[in-house]
Amino acid sequence: MKGEFRGGSMMRLKGLVKKEFLQIARDPSSIAIAFLMPLFLLVLFGFGVSLDADHLPVALVAEQPTADSDDFLASIEGSHYFVPQHFLTMAAAEEAMREGRVNAIVHLRADFAKRLYRPDGAAIQVIVNGVDANTARLTQGYLQGVWVNWLERRAKSAGREMVTPVQLEQRVWYNGDVKSRNFLVPGLVAIIMTLIGTLLTALVMAREWERGTLEALLVTPVTMTEVLLGKIIAYFALGTGGMLLSVGLAVWLFGVPLVGSFWLLWICASLFLLAALGMGLAISTLARNQFVAGQIAIVGTFLPAFLLSGFIFDIDSMPSVVQFITHLIVARYFVSIVQTLFMAGNVWSVVLPNVFALIVMAIFFMGITWRKSRKRLE
Amino acid sequence: MITRMIALIYKEFLALFKDPKSRLVLVAPPMIQLLVFGYAATFDLRHVQYALYNEDRGIASRELVAAFDGAPAFHHMITLQSEEQIAPLVDRRDVLMVIHIGPHFSADLLAGKSAPLQIIVDGRNSNTAMIVLNYVSTIVEQFNTKWIADHGLEAVPAKLETRAWFNPNLESRWFFIPGIIGMLTLVTTMLVTALTVAREREQGTFDQLLVTPLRPGEILLGKALPGFIIGMVQASVILLIATKWFDVPLLGSLPALYTGLSLFLVSGVGAGMLISSLAVTQQQGLLGAFLFMVPAVILSGFATPIANMPPTVQLVTLIDPLRYFLVVLRKVFLEGAGFDVLMGQLWPMAVIGAATLTLASWLFRHRMY
Repeated sequence: MKGEFRGGSMMRLKGLVKKEFLQIARDPSSIAIAFLMPLFLLVLFGFGVSLDADHLPVALVAEQPTADSDDFLASIEGSHYFVPQHFLTMAAAEEAMREGRVNAIVHLRADFAKRLYRPDGAAIQVIVNGVDANTARLTQGYLQGVWVNWLERRAKSAGREMVTPVQLEQRVWYNGDVKSRNFLVPGLVAIIMTLIGTLLTALVMAREWERGTLEALLVTPVTMTEVLLGKIIAYFALGTGGMLLSVGLAVWLFGVPLVGSFWLLWICASLFLLAALGMGLAISTLARNQFVAGQIAIVGTFLPAFLLSGFIFDIDSMPSVVQFITHLIVARYFVSIVQTLFMAGNVWSVVLPNVFALIVMAIFFMGITWRKSRKRLE
Repeated sequence: MITRMIALIYKEFLALFKDPKSRLVLVAPPMIQLLVFGYAATFDLRHVQYALYNEDRGIASRELVAAFDGAPAFHHMITLQSEEQIAPLVDRRDVLMVIHIGPHFSADLLAGKSAPLQIIVDGRNSNTAMIVLNYVSTIVEQFNTKWIADHGLEAVPAKLETRAWFNPNLESRWFFIPGIIGMLTLVTTMLVTALTVAREREQGTFDQLLVTPLRPGEILLGKALPGFIIGMVQASVILLIATKWFDVPLLGSLPALYTGLSLFLVSGVGAGMLISSLAVTQQQGLLGAFLFMVPAVILSGFATPIANMPPTVQLVTLIDPLRYFLVVLRKVFLEGAGFDVLMGQLWPMAVIGAATLTLASWLFRHRMY
């Protein structure tokens, strides 16, 4: 008897999954969400998004050109970080900065060459546009590098050794050439998968409620749990396709090294997908109407995942209230996992707690969906 | 005609605000999100956890360590006894940085030689790593200058004197909060416009609308105006929060800012109406909203500068209305700009708005199913 019952349940589930796939095939927008969206977004962003400032436009002003000032300015021209433009007066350079044509001004006053040989030394005035504080910092850092090199070269050509008391030796682990794409692309995979998972399911329950087809389904021997399982299985299969596409693009197209294990990434991504699908289902069930569910999805998925997941902004630097809120964002755990798996390898002490959090989130969202669906029925 | 339009706009507002859940979604999130995101979005680091492995017992290394301990951005978490302890600590993300001082550090410095200071940073987020290194080099620079002065060493012949315009303390929050205002406004326009026509199509009420005396152009306008009005009210409230709560200086011309806001709303609403007129189901409308919103935000220069993008992607950003609005916001807020500087940003938004609205109204007429 028991075996027969199981067989019946399996058969019903199979039927439900088939029904979901038929619906997916009828409105191709779910297929577009799973495959077109990752392809389009990842290609666009993978090539487009970078925090590595290069070719910074900088204004050079030497009030009285001499061999010494030319020597210093030439070392800026030789750096691939800068695209220098010469200006004759400070006023012209300031004008260019206000119009946004240059990001910084390097200004050598008329007495630069003279004061260079006096004990108190000369000044190199640097003005940066501080609006984009990050680019301004990078510009300062690059200019400092140019300056130190120039000092050393000068000392050497004068036959002396320049002694810098403390000499920095910096090592950047896991990302030796400090390419921002290596951390941005895995992060984007996490963001895009959040969107895929949530969007796939955000409307499906609401649609059935709205059209009354859920009641129709439930007068058949099918149970609510089976309806939910049917949806999860169908959209999980679709989402897995999207996930493989995203990871494949990250590794093959953008050449982000995957140091950790592919299978571990697969397992983590599947768990994450379950949590994201669960979030979509929960939105759908709570809203019970497609329009509101769509609105919640627009407000509640992309921007929180983009800003609060640690994708770009360092979570440890946020105030503690905001840090607490980030724990409610599913993408946060997955961003941490992908950044570690892609760049550092299988670091279990990072992966395991995050995997645990993903499981908790998945159970939480599925639980809400299950409870609310059952209650509503009565 | 005016009465018809007013009736339609009234109906649209009813449709948006009648449902208590929908009302909640429209009113609460923008303000909460500005507060949360305003604190989250910054590149200024605090509490950078670091480990110290000091093999030197001299006074110089103690002085240097004191400089790190005195810096508000750094937090000394642990002192290591051996080199083997470094790797697992960084792997686990317990610390972001390790300072390693060799055994001859003080002796070398006192002998007038260079002494190396090894810094290891976690590069998993390379941007954070770069910022940490930047902070470190500032501290080391100050230490060196003081050391040279105290020990009568020969000073360098030329010094860098750096100043920053418009944002003297280089607070990155000042850069991001105007950007968040732009993003939230974009989200609102999508929220109000992207799904409305698809909903009516699915429920069959769109056909009913079409048999009324309202012309397609009027229906379009009736659906577009609520988005514009709600966007305007909401943006004004969050502008107020940005200036009063977060103290971001608003130096420039308010009329120029509002002109930019109006044109941005027109182009955002236009894009929303275009999505709406193309979508047959709400699922398609939702997909359309995301396919517009996500690239519009990521390619706007909000977090990653447009100048860093390759030329072809930079061309794509030219059709992104948010790109222009962010420049308007930042220039008016921080640089005190007025109309004269902003013309180059205002007309492209007007063009995008006109193009999307024209196309949407054409689609309204020719795509009635």
